[in-house]
Amino acid sequence: MADPVVEISGLWTRFGPTVVHRGIDLDVRPGEVLGLVGGSGSGKTTLLRQMLGLERPWRGTVRVFGIDVNACSRAQLASVRNRWGVLFQNGALFSALSVYENIALALRELKVVDEDLIHDLVLSKLRMVGIEPQHARKTPAQLSGGMIKRIGLARALALDPELVFLDEPTAGLDPDRSESFVKLIQELRRELHLSVVMVTHDLDTLVSLSDRVAVLCEQRLLAVGPLREITEIDHPFVSNFFRGERGQRALEVLEDLQRLMPI
Amino acid sequence: MSPRGVGSIAEPQVLETSDESGRRLIRISGAWNLQALVPRLPDLDQRLKRIRDPGEALWDLEDVLTMDHLGAALLRRSWGVSDASRIKARPEHQPLFRRLDASEPSRVSEARSTPHWWFLPSQWFMRVLGHLHGLVVLLGFLVLECLRMLAHPARAPWREIAANLYRTGAQALGITALVGFLIGVVLSYLSSNQLKMFGADLFIVNILGVSIIRELGPVLAAILVAGRSGSSMTAQIGVMRVTQELDAMSVMGIPHMSRLVLPKVIALAIGLPLLILWTNAIALLGGMVAAHAELGLSYRFFLDTLPSAVPIANLYLGVGKGVVFGVLIAVLACHYGMRIRPNTQSLGAGTTSSVVTAITIVIVVDAIFAVMFRHVGLGF
Ligand SMILES: Nc1ncnc2c1ncn2[C@@H]1O[C@H](COP(=O)(O)OP(=O)(O)O)[C@@H](O)[C@H]1O
Ligand SMILES: [Mg+2]
Repeated sequence: MADPVVEISGLWTRFGPTVVHRGIDLDVRPGEVLGLVGGSGSGKTTLLRQMLGLERPWRGTVRVFGIDVNACSRAQLASVRNRWGVLFQNGALFSALSVYENIALALRELKVVDEDLIHDLVLSKLRMVGIEPQHARKTPAQLSGGMIKRIGLARALALDPELVFLDEPTAGLDPDRSESFVKLIQELRRELHLSVVMVTHDLDTLVSLSDRVAVLCEQRLLAVGPLREITEIDHPFVSNFFRGERGQRALEVLEDLQRLMPI
Repeated sequence: MSPRGVGSIAEPQVLETSDESGRRLIRISGAWNLQALVPRLPDLDQRLKRIRDPGEALWDLEDVLTMDHLGAALLRRSWGVSDASRIKARPEHQPLFRRLDASEPSRVSEARSTPHWWFLPSQWFMRVLGHLHGLVVLLGFLVLECLRMLAHPARAPWREIAANLYRTGAQALGITALVGFLIGVVLSYLSSNQLKMFGADLFIVNILGVSIIRELGPVLAAILVAGRSGSSMTAQIGVMRVTQELDAMSVMGIPHMSRLVLPKVIALAIGLPLLILWTNAIALLGGMVAAHAELGLSYRFFLDTLPSAVPIANLYLGVGKGVVFGVLIAVLACHYGMRIRPNTQSLGAGTTSSVVTAITIVIVVDAIFAVMFRHVGLGF
């Protein structure tokens, strides 16, 4: 099998006296969508930040594309950063820049792409996430929360990355938009061989997108595997999360799907 | 599907030939993604531009290993209209072109409208009017809040006032002492040299006393406070706007005026005069030390002569100016803070304007005071 795109081994995270992760081992395989679930405050965002090199591990290592993000040269880090895209939990759009400029920024930073191409690319990215071109000149303060999420996604996809990190991509989107988000990610996977690490609480998204699911609980990784295996696990968090009323409904859909298309 | 690792980058290539029937055929092969394109983009772009396809050549993209939107946009530009009959791409690459085609009709104008230079003076005038209007409104609210506070002293924001007093006053003691002391030393040293030439050594007490207590102490302290506390007040209110904390306060029924603005104004109106007294004392100390070193004037003599050399009105004037400066700095800082738009650039610009305006206004008002009180406290 090809080398994993993200390789976390023996990761401990500490903020002062609080330990957030205790010895986490996790691989993200090329081309897969890995769903990351866990209770609120269980350290999902922090785990993403570790993969992005924004937090330093207390112990353990994090490798992305085979490069240790905490011990590598600037040139290596720069090359890694052109190959991934990130959607932050609250969008983190640049408030002083317009929507257009937010998406164009990474392309302009490359210094070789001319403005005509940038224009075409930005508009196609906006279209991909379902934002009308008339919003392109607005600044983030003039947008709704759901729009900020979608523009954050467009910005994350600006360089057509091989690996995207999505922190709660469908939170704040209406069901219709969530549906088109799922479709978009599926299309991009086909076209660009995309790998995705996705934090989400949205069971429908999890069911329809994720190849494997990782469950964070009590500072450890409870389990990693296909959704079907995860739901069998006997653990209070898992049974609440997946076998509550809402979970049940989403899983029924999954079972129907599997009956139609046996995997 | 081919893997898209760094190791597997195949050079993007353009090859111009013709097919059996003699029609132009352009073969595109290799990797057409960002990783592969960026180092070669200018060359490739030149090459594609030279092809100049008016819409009749065949394009064969079957050998393209990988492609992303950048590659697709680059290619698409050189064949004009995407036309399935003459462009053969792999099925997995076709959606890229479809997506680019779909967003084609819309254009986003990059240019921001820049007004004719003629409108600039009127725009500037409107801006100044806007600021004046805002300041008048703010002052009006402040007066009302003050009256309300006097009517219900128990409901006044005492905790905030105390906190602001500590931050803007107590924490500024160090910097004002340092600057005051050095200015006192320098002033005293320069004056001593001049006075020695005329044998008028004793007048050093008058010169230092009047200039420091009447002018330098108040203006120095005010400028330091404007730079230190004015900017932080503007930035604090501005960040609260950016993070919607101001809105949260509004909906909780906590008025901005009484919780944010009033405590700052009152704290500076009390704190700045006190800081001025402190700066005066330290600056005079510095002057006294320098006079002792330079002229051999005894500390005892300096302190004994000071009260008779400097009429007490100067002290009242200096401290009175401090109250006015304090109110002005706080009001301007809050005014600029409230006008900050929810973005980081506006935050930076607002903070700068706040400090620059506050320092300018302090100096202007000081000049007005100098003219108004020219007959007071100078002993003639
Ligand atoms: N910079 C920080 N300093 C201290 N504690 C932090 C910091 N960032 C996150 N934490 C703590 O780490 C835990 C996990 O946070 P987070 O990863 O944001 O959770 P979530 O799973 O909801 O995304 C929380 O208890 C949070 O308080
Ligand atoms: Mg989170």
